[in-house]
Amino acid sequence: MRYFLLIPLFHMLFALGGCASTVPQRGTGDLGVVIERATGSIQVVETTHRTSLGQITGLGDLSHASLNYSRDARYAYVFGRDGGLTKVDLLEMRIVKRVMQSGNSIGGAISQNGRLIAVANYTPGGIKVFDAETLDLVADIPAIDQSGKSSKVIGLVDVPGNRFVFSLFEAGEIWMADLRTPSKPVVTKFRNIGKEPYDAMITADGRYYLAGLFGEDGLALLDLWDMNAGVKRVLNGYGKGEQKLPVYKMPHLEGWAATGNELLVPAVGRHEVLVIDQNKWNEVGRIPVHGQPVFVVARPDNRQVWVNFAFPDNDTVQVIDVKSREIVKTLKPGKAVMHLEFTPRGEHIWLSARDENRVSIYDAETFIKLGELPAEKPSGIFFTHRAHRTGL
Amino acid sequence: MGTKSANLFWIVLPLFLAVPGLSWGESARNITAPASERQAELANLVRQDCGSCHGLHFEGGLGVPLTPAALKDKPAESLRDAILFGRSGTTMPPWKPFLTEDEASWIVHMLQKGLF
Repeated sequence: MRYFLLIPLFHMLFALGGCASTVPQRGTGDLGVVIERATGSIQVVETTHRTSLGQITGLGDLSHASLNYSRDARYAYVFGRDGGLTKVDLLEMRIVKRVMQSGNSIGGAISQNGRLIAVANYTPGGIKVFDAETLDLVADIPAIDQSGKSSKVIGLVDVPGNRFVFSLFEAGEIWMADLRTPSKPVVTKFRNIGKEPYDAMITADGRYYLAGLFGEDGLALLDLWDMNAGVKRVLNGYGKGEQKLPVYKMPHLEGWAATGNELLVPAVGRHEVLVIDQNKWNEVGRIPVHGQPVFVVARPDNRQVWVNFAFPDNDTVQVIDVKSREIVKTLKPGKAVMHLEFTPRGEHIWLSARDENRVSIYDAETFIKLGELPAEKPSGIFFTHRAHRTGL
Repeated sequence: MGTKSANLFWIVLPLFLAVPGLSWGESARNITAPASERQAELANLVRQDCGSCHGLHFEGGLGVPLTPAALKDKPAESLRDAILFGRSGTTMPPWKPFLTEDEASWIVHMLQKGLF
């Protein structure tokens, strides 16, 4: 009799065991996502043992895809080129929700309180803001300039106070949307900031918003502690009279390396990394490099900066020593290196080599290759420590 | 049946090639399709590297859409020149250092037919 009573109990235990195995009991601090751009899939990876935990498919067109993490670092919000916004659960390894929110988008940002997801759109130009929990639309801010023309939105970042800052490519404007009351966004517009802002970044403290200009030499700077001063032009006329090289890939500014007093930024159309004094906002040096820089990423200790390059030099990665401004290492990780991402404390770096269909992992101090993971046309690599950083 | 339509193809093809002004006839007369290994390289270049501005599926991005519908009424020669020499005043760079004229014409043809 007792034996028979035990059977259902066993079944219950098995059932519970089954649940536990689909949602593993683990933290997410060492997790990350690798974008597989051509197949519309992502891989969930972990950096402790350097393995792939699985693949999630069905995310649409992931060329130029980027993502933000929820504040608990469990969910990734993936922004696809096709306007798709996908919320992915890294632990259950599944798509929680997916909405097609525009025809063509370029990236997004998560608000300081983690409740809002903003997406930057090309077609139609503007930002849309969603509830991070449900992905319901909360606010729609079309990027229409004074003449009534629509602009592509680029360089969207979050800044403290549940505000978002972004730039209008065609109009040459910087806008700040205050979403402290999400249903009633208050937009402040800065006009005539320069020709064709192509990407922008916010310093880690959330104070300075810098937009790179494609249409002219120079950068547009907004000091969020002194908004009344408006947008200033810095490095104005930099490189005037010099012939720019054709640009085969736009530099990305998200990874601009802020190393204390200095900012290292990619020069557009030049084989150079610029060094900018972050107090005076003038150029204090140029570092000649192998090609046109795309990502200039500081190791978390800021002692070294890793750089990858635009086509046709994208098989190479260089490491700059910040103190001496010299190149201390040149690596050839494979064809078409798209992105680089440091582990949270910077002991390792992961590189995606798109045309080799692999991600390579290097020791960031010795430059020794530690291993590689197969991936289908990998591009962006995003680790979860981004969840707790302004602007990422 | 298969042989019959294949024969028909070879009869009809020269007719198209002979008629000036037909875009396919025009480009077919002037271009030599790249060797198959090079074709694969070019297809990857177009999809991945052009795709970083024009979209992986050519629906557009920072660059204009390159779908067959978007390119339908554009003359093949001016598209070829846009690839080779870039377009001043825009972000489109010249690809001449990496492509021959024939390769650029072949890319235009493939894009217009939606074959990438």
